[in-house]
Parts: sequence; structure tokens; C-alpha cells
Amino acid sequence: MTTSLALLNPLWEPFSRNEFLRNALLGSTLVAIICAIAGTYVVLRGLSFIGDALAHGVIPGIAIALLFGVPGVVGAALGALVMMGGVSLVTSRVRLSSDTAIGLLFVGMLSLGVIITSRSTSFVGDITRILFGELLGVSSTDLAWQVVVLAVVAAIAVVAHRPFVLMSLDDGLARTSGFSVRFFHSLMLTMVAVAVVGSFQLVGTLLVLGLLIAPAATGALLTRRVSTMMLTAAGFGVLSSYLGLLTSYHFDVAAGASIVFTSVYLFVLVAILTIPRRLRGHRELPHQHEHTH
Amino acid sequence: MVIENYPISTSTPTDMSPSAPTISATHLDVGHGVHSVVRDISLQVHAGELVVLIGTNGSGKSTLLKTMAGMLPPLHGDIAVLERRPGSAPRRVAYLPQHPVSSHTLPLRARDIVAMGRYAHLGLFRRATGTDRSIVREAMQRTGAVEFENQPLRELSGGQQQRTHLAQVLARQAEVLLLDEPTAGLDLSGKRAVADVIASERARGVTVVLATHDLHDAESATAVMLLAQRVVAYGPPAQALSDANVRECFGFTQPH
Repeated sequence: MTTSLALLNPLWEPFSRNEFLRNALLGSTLVAIICAIAGTYVVLRGLSFIGDALAHGVIPGIAIALLFGVPGVVGAALGALVMMGGVSLVTSRVRLSSDTAIGLLFVGMLSLGVIITSRSTSFVGDITRILFGELLGVSSTDLAWQVVVLAVVAAIAVVAHRPFVLMSLDDGLARTSGFSVRFFHSLMLTMVAVAVVGSFQLVGTLLVLGLLIAPAATGALLTRRVSTMMLTAAGFGVLSSYLGLLTSYHFDVAAGASIVFTSVYLFVLVAILTIPRRLRGHRELPHQHEHTH
Repeated sequence: MVIENYPISTSTPTDMSPSAPTISATHLDVGHGVHSVVRDISLQVHAGELVVLIGTNGSGKSTLLKTMAGMLPPLHGDIAVLERRPGSAPRRVAYLPQHPVSSHTLPLRARDIVAMGRYAHLGLFRRATGTDRSIVREAMQRTGAVEFENQPLRELSGGQQQRTHLAQVLARQAEVLLLDEPTAGLDLSGKRAVADVIASERARGVTVVLATHDLHDAESATAVMLLAQRVVAYGPPAQALSDANVRECFGFTQPH
């Protein structure tokens, strides 16, 4: 009995022995849940690219903040605001498709972030911290912040669930149902920005995107309801956090990247495993005849 | 219990005098931004009437429908729907967008999509009641969507998706239905189902405006408007659908 349990030790002992790893698991679990909520709407509405842009747009803000000794979160929030303003300005005023505009903006913001941090003496450390986070140095203050961010994101989801779902089907449907598309679109971007800004210190700006998209996309493959998609996304996000940290501990590799890589390969695995089912679904369609009453 | 507030006259007993048109436009220009697609549209539609907008892609029929739905501002002239600015009465006007067949991974079942038709009434927070659920169920029965209510949208054929979206519009229990190509992608029985639904909605006083490129959809219309980036003809079907007008609208004569 004890021996068979001892075999499983490597699965939980790292966490029971090391407080920093426990905090990392708690922190990344919170990030996974935050990203599952925001990511579900991002995937439904097809906003992955804007999520990408936001994740990169915050980098110069953080860099400037660190340069002046201001908390990185303040800079990240400002960076997100500038990015959101930039995206809506460019897409409404310039005759470019929005992916071109967003693509240019985020490469611009990323390079600006690198330029600013290159002025700092600890360049490599700073940029790595911004891009990949400090998952193994999570404090209880960080965790408290994560809970606040989770509360904000969950509150937005509760308030705006109906318009968000209508908009994922058709903007006109939301508009003619009496919901302001402009307002709720901004609210959705705000939700994504809050999730990104609130999570980058743990998993980094580059990797937060993985947790935003991969678990939600996995949920979309496996479910047929928005609520179960969100729960599935949270489940896969938390599972990725645990497996990622475990991998990181046993093989001595980067923690944040291990988590995001796990979430992405779980998505690929699920996508492959569900191919037969999806093919079957499509093949059956022509044979189904339509009745009328 | 569903039927209780179903006849639309109960919602506005006073301000809908029988003579007041539900939709009225005078010298209306419609278009996107500053570019007008169709100029100088004048029409009056009364309760229970069916107006069919006919034209090819890009003729301006969807643009006119979107202007009536309040999604595009009128560029010039006046338009009123239920004697108000278009788009200001979301509970009383339902709009069916032109839906491309979706193979998107949206995890929504047919019944969830139909239930979204109640959101205009429920707003952000109000919980759906038993009445809402039976309205949704009845709407699905009327279009036949009830047969695949538990299937996700992505697994439905084009026709089944169209029946689902039409049921959603019915679930809104509106006084004005603005339908953009509701018969697109439907087989004959599907088209008949749409015609039945429109007939029964009109019988309870609902005004229907329908955009199509299929002349058959115009058979039971009160009036037909032929569009080709301008109003080619507007009037009762027998009059408006003359061979000359149809040829001008489509560039050739459609076989009847």
C-alpha cells in the first residue's frame, strides 16, 4: 500500500515540499480560470488576434514602468489602453484590413518594448521577465491580486454574457436585440486586457496568450454549450498548470513555458482524437432528410 | 399560456391606429458611410402586409433591410418603423441576418440559438421563465427545428441552420419581421415551411419585409419592390413583376 503510494510521490511531493511551487500552482490555477472565462468569448468571437495584439501591446508600457520604478501593472494597463485605442482608431480610420493593422501595431509595440528595455542595464533579465513571467516567485500579494482580477473578469462575463454570445453569432443580431455592439465590444476588449494585465507577472505576456486561446479552443472542440465550453477550458487550463509545473520541476525546464506548451499539446491531442467524430458528423449530413410540419 | 400576450395588438392598444403604417419611408437614400446604394425610396407598409424586396446581389435590398433594422443610418430622407426611429424598438422588431452556412466551431445547440431570440425581452439579467421556454419550443416546432434541437450548429446542414435562425426570429414575437433571404439554401419543403410561417405571422397582424432574389417568394406579397441600385418598380406583384421590369432588374427574364 505504502509502496504503491510512494510510486505516486513524484506527482504531489514537489508541491507539498516546496512552498514556491505550491504558490506557483495556485497562481497558475487562478490564471487558468481567468483565461478560461475571457478566452471562451475570445475564441467564440474570433478575437484571438486582438488578444495577441493586447498581449504584445502591454510590453512597452511595462518596460517604461520598470525604467521609472513604477509597478509594471500600471504600465501594462496603460499599454493595453493605448493598444485598444490604436486598434479601433486604425481599423476605423485607415483603409486596411484589421489583421494588417493589428499585426503592424503589435510588432511596433513589441519592438518599442525591446528598444526601451535595451536602455536598461539588466536588459536580458527584464525582457525575459516580461515575456515569460516569474511563476516561481509568486508571493501571497500576487495571489491576492489574481483573486481580484478573477472577480473583475467573472463580473464582466456575468453582466455581458448574452450580448457576448449574440455577437459571436452576428453583430447585427446583438444590435437589433437592443444591445450596443460598440459598448459590448469595448467591454470584451477590456475583459481581455484585464486578464492579460492581471496575468502577465505570473506567466508572462507571451505565454498568457497560450492560456487564453488553447484551453478555450479545446473546450470548443469537446462541447456543444457555452457554459460547458468554459468549464472544460478551465479544467484543461488547470490540468496544464499542474502538468506543466510537474514537468518543470522534474526536468528542470522553464515553468511558464511548460504550462503553455502543455495546454497547446493537449489541444492538438484533443483535435486529433476528435477528427473521426467530426468527419462522421459531416458525412451524415447529406443523408439526413428534412421534415416539415 | 404561450398565447396569452401573443396577439400583437395588446402591446400597443392606442398608438397603432389601423391607418398608421408600421413602416414608412419618404425620399429615403440608403447606403454605407457616405456612399448611397439606392436613392429616393418611398414606401408605406401596414400591419399584416408582406413587402418583398427583389434584386441581385449588390442591388441594395439588404442595405434597405439593414436601414429598416436600424443597423445603418438613413443617408437622406425619412424612415420610421412603428412610428419611431429604426432600431429603437428591439422588442417589437426582429431581424434575420443573411447567414452564411456556418461550419464554425461555435458550441451552440440549435435550441440555444432559438432561445437567444428571447434576449431582447430578457435584457442582461432577467431569467428565462417557463413562458419563454414554451415560446422557444413552439417556434422550433413551427420551423421544424425541434427535430434537431440538441445538435450543435456546426453539425447542421445549411437548411437546418436556416430553420434554426428562422425559429429564433419567431421566438422574438415581434410586430415587424425583417428577413434577409430566409429561403436561401432551403429545399422545397423548407421554402413551403417559410411561406407558412410568414402567412400565419401576417394573419396575427405582423408586418413582414423580405429580401430575396427568388421571384417565387413574391407570389403572396402585398407589394413588391424591384431593386437594381435604384427602385426599378414598386407595386402589387402582378403589376411590378412585368417581364420588362424583371429583365431590367436581373438583366434577363427569370423563368416563372
